[in-house]
Amino acid sequence: MSMASGSVADVPPLRVALVGNPNSGKTALFNALTGGHQKVANYAGVTVEKKEGLLTTPSGRRAMIVDLPGTYSLRARSPDEEVTRDVVLGRLTGEPLPDVIVCVADSMNLRLVLRLALELKAVGRPMILALNMFDIAQKRGLRIDVENLSKEIGAPVVTTVAVRKRGLEELLKEIDAHSAEYTEARHLNLVAPWQEPSAAEIRAMHREAERILKAHVKPPERPDTLTDRTDAILLDPVVGILALFAVLFVMFQAVFSWATPLMDLIDASFIWLGGAVGAMLPDGLVRSFLVDGIIAGVGSVVIFLPQILILFAFIILLEDFGYMARAAFLMDRMMGVAGLHGRAFIPLLSSLACAIPGIMATRVIDNRRDRIATIMVAPLMTCSARIPVYTLIIAAFIPRETVGGVFNLQGLVMFGLYAAGILATLLVAFVFRRVFWRGVVEPFLIELPSYKIPDPMNVARNVWQRGEVFLKRAGTVIFVLMVIVWLLSTFPMAPAGATKPAIDYSFAGMLGHAIQPLLAPIGFNWEMSVALIPGMAAREVAVAALGTVYAVSGADEGGLAATLAAQWSLPSALAFLAWYVFAPQCAATLGVVKRETNSWKWPIVMFLYMFALAYLGAFLTFNIARAAGL
Amino acid sequence: MTNIDRSPNAAAEPQTVRLDSAKLGYAGFISSIAADDVAADGGINSIELERRLLEMGFVEGAAIEVLHLGLFGKDPIAVRLGDTRVALRRREAHAILMSSTAV
Repeated sequence: MSMASGSVADVPPLRVALVGNPNSGKTALFNALTGGHQKVANYAGVTVEKKEGLLTTPSGRRAMIVDLPGTYSLRARSPDEEVTRDVVLGRLTGEPLPDVIVCVADSMNLRLVLRLALELKAVGRPMILALNMFDIAQKRGLRIDVENLSKEIGAPVVTTVAVRKRGLEELLKEIDAHSAEYTEARHLNLVAPWQEPSAAEIRAMHREAERILKAHVKPPERPDTLTDRTDAILLDPVVGILALFAVLFVMFQAVFSWATPLMDLIDASFIWLGGAVGAMLPDGLVRSFLVDGIIAGVGSVVIFLPQILILFAFIILLEDFGYMARAAFLMDRMMGVAGLHGRAFIPLLSSLACAIPGIMATRVIDNRRDRIATIMVAPLMTCSARIPVYTLIIAAFIPRETVGGVFNLQGLVMFGLYAAGILATLLVAFVFRRVFWRGVVEPFLIELPSYKIPDPMNVARNVWQRGEVFLKRAGTVIFVLMVIVWLLSTFPMAPAGATKPAIDYSFAGMLGHAIQPLLAPIGFNWEMSVALIPGMAAREVAVAALGTVYAVSGADEGGLAATLAAQWSLPSALAFLAWYVFAPQCAATLGVVKRETNSWKWPIVMFLYMFALAYLGAFLTFNIARAAGL
Repeated sequence: MTNIDRSPNAAAEPQTVRLDSAKLGYAGFISSIAADDVAADGGINSIELERRLLEMGFVEGAAIEVLHLGLFGKDPIAVRLGDTRVALRRREAHAILMSSTAV
C-alpha cells in the first residue's frame, strides 16, 4: 500500500533520526545500517557534524538515516545536544522534521535511556526503541520482556547487535510497516509543544521508567565484573595515573615514530613528483607555480595525514574501549587547576599532533566558555608542524652531547620545548578562565561506560572519516594559503642579473625587510624575518622558506643546518626556537577557530596574544642568552 | 551537616551521609538531591544543577556505591549508580544525600 501513490522514485526518502545516550552504540548502528553510503557535513550555521546515510528498506523504500549527537536529555547543554533537540523538534532551519525517531539504547543500561525515550515519546513523533548490544545482555542473563515493554512505552521495540549486523532487518521492517503512516503524517508536521522539563517532571519520568524496568526487565544474573576489575587498576589513584601516562607514551611513540616512514614516503613522492613535473616543463612561472606552489602545497598538507590518522586511531580506539571518560576522570583535577574541564584533556592531547583536529574535538565540551578557553590554548601545545623547525635548529646549534651520563642534549632541548608548550597552555588557560572569565564553573558529570572490545570496522571507518575531514577542510584552507604565499614569494620577480635570492625582491621579501626592525630586538636577522612570511601558511613551511632565502636546496636539510650554524648567533637561534614555542602564524588554525567559534573575534584575539607571547619569549631568550655570553 | 545523631531514636532513623563526605566503598541509596546546598560561587544555578544530576540518574531511591576517588584531594568521585557508573566532582557531590536503607 505504500506504493499506492506512485513509483518508488517519486517518494522522497523517509527521514529516520537516531537518538540515544552517549555510548549506546548509536554510531555503530548507524554504520551498520548505512555502510559506506554516508556523508559527513556540517549543519548550516553551526559547527556540529552532521552524519547521514541513505539506505533502501526491504520493501524498496529509500530512507535517510541521520545520526544525531548523543544526549541524556532534550534539555541541551552543548551545541551538539542543541542540534539533537532542534532536529527532533523540527526547529533547525533546513532540516525537515524526522518521520520516525529511533531511540537507541544500550540493553545493559536501560534506566537513563528509558527516561529519554519517555521524553522523546512526549514530543509526539513516531518512535522505535532499538535495544542495542542485545547479545551482551543475553550473555549476562538480563531478561527483557520485549513485547510488554513495547506495550508499556507505546512504541515498537526491536533488538539489535549493531557490530554483528543483527536485528537490522527487523528494525527496517518495523520502519517499512509504518512507512505509509509516516508519509501521510509528514505534511502535518506534528510536534507537541515542548518546553524544558522541570526537576519534578524529570523525577516523574524517572519513576515511570523505574516502574517499567521493574515490571519488564529482570536484572542480569551475571553482572559485568570485568569493568569493575579493570577499573580497580585503571582508576586506582596512583596506578591509574601511571597507566594513563603509559598509554600516552605509547600513543606518542606511535604518532612520532610509526608515522615517520609514511611521512618520509609521502615527502619523497612529492619531491619526486615535483622533480618529474619540473623536468618536463621549461624553467619559468608555470613550472614554479606547479612545483613550488601546487605540488609543494598539496604535499605540505598530505604529509600530516599519517600522524593525524594514527592519532585518531588511538583516540577512537580508546573512546570505543571506554577509556576516554576514565582519562577525563583521572585528569579532571589537574585540568581544573588551570580552570579547564576534564574533557579538555582529549582535545589538548590531540593538539600535540595538530591543533586543527584538537580544536575540532572541543565540541565535546558543553560549556561555551570552557570550550573557547580550550580552543584558545590548543595551538600552544606543540604541534607536529613545529617539529621540522625544531629539528633543523637543534641539529644546527645544539651539540650532540650526553648530559648527566644518560640524557642526549638534543633530546633534552626537544623535551624542554614540549614542556614549555604544555606549561604555556596551562598558564594561558588559567589566565583566561580564572582572571578574565571568572564565570560559571561547569560541573564535571560524566558517565564511565562499561569496557568494550572496539569493533575494528567501526574504528577504521571513523578514522577514515577524520582523515577525510582533515583533507577536505584543513586541506583546502592550507592549500589556498600556500598558493597565496607562493604568489607573495614569487612576485615581483627578480630583475635580470640579480645577485640576491629571488625571494628578496618579492612582496614576502619586502614584508620581511619591513618587519625586520620590529624583530631586531628579539635577535632576528632579515632572513629569519622573511622566512616568517611564508611560514604563515603552515609553521613547517618556514624551513623551506629558510632554504629559499639562503638559496639552499630545500631537500638538503643537512646543508641548510650547516649554513644556519655559520650565519646565526646562538642567541638568535634560541630566540627562533622560543618564537616557535608560541608561533602565532598558522593561518589554517586561525581559519578553523573562525569556523568553530563563528566569529572573527577569537582568531584575532588568538593571533594577537600568541604574537605577544612569541615576541616576549624570543625577546627574553635572546637577551638572557646574550647576557649569559652564549 | 550532621553525621553524629545524638537523638534517642538514632537507631531507628537511618543516618544520612552526603556523597562528598562518604568513604570509599560506601554503599547505600540516594535519599534526596539538595542542589541548594552547593555553594553558589561560580557554579551553575541550583535549579540547573538539580536537573543535570537527575538526568544522569542521581534520583531519590537509586542505589549508589562509592567506587573510586581521584588522586588529588580525592576528587573527582566515581560511583556506581544503579546499572551505570558516573563520575562527578566533590563540589557537586555535596548536593547528594544518601542513606543506608532505601527510602
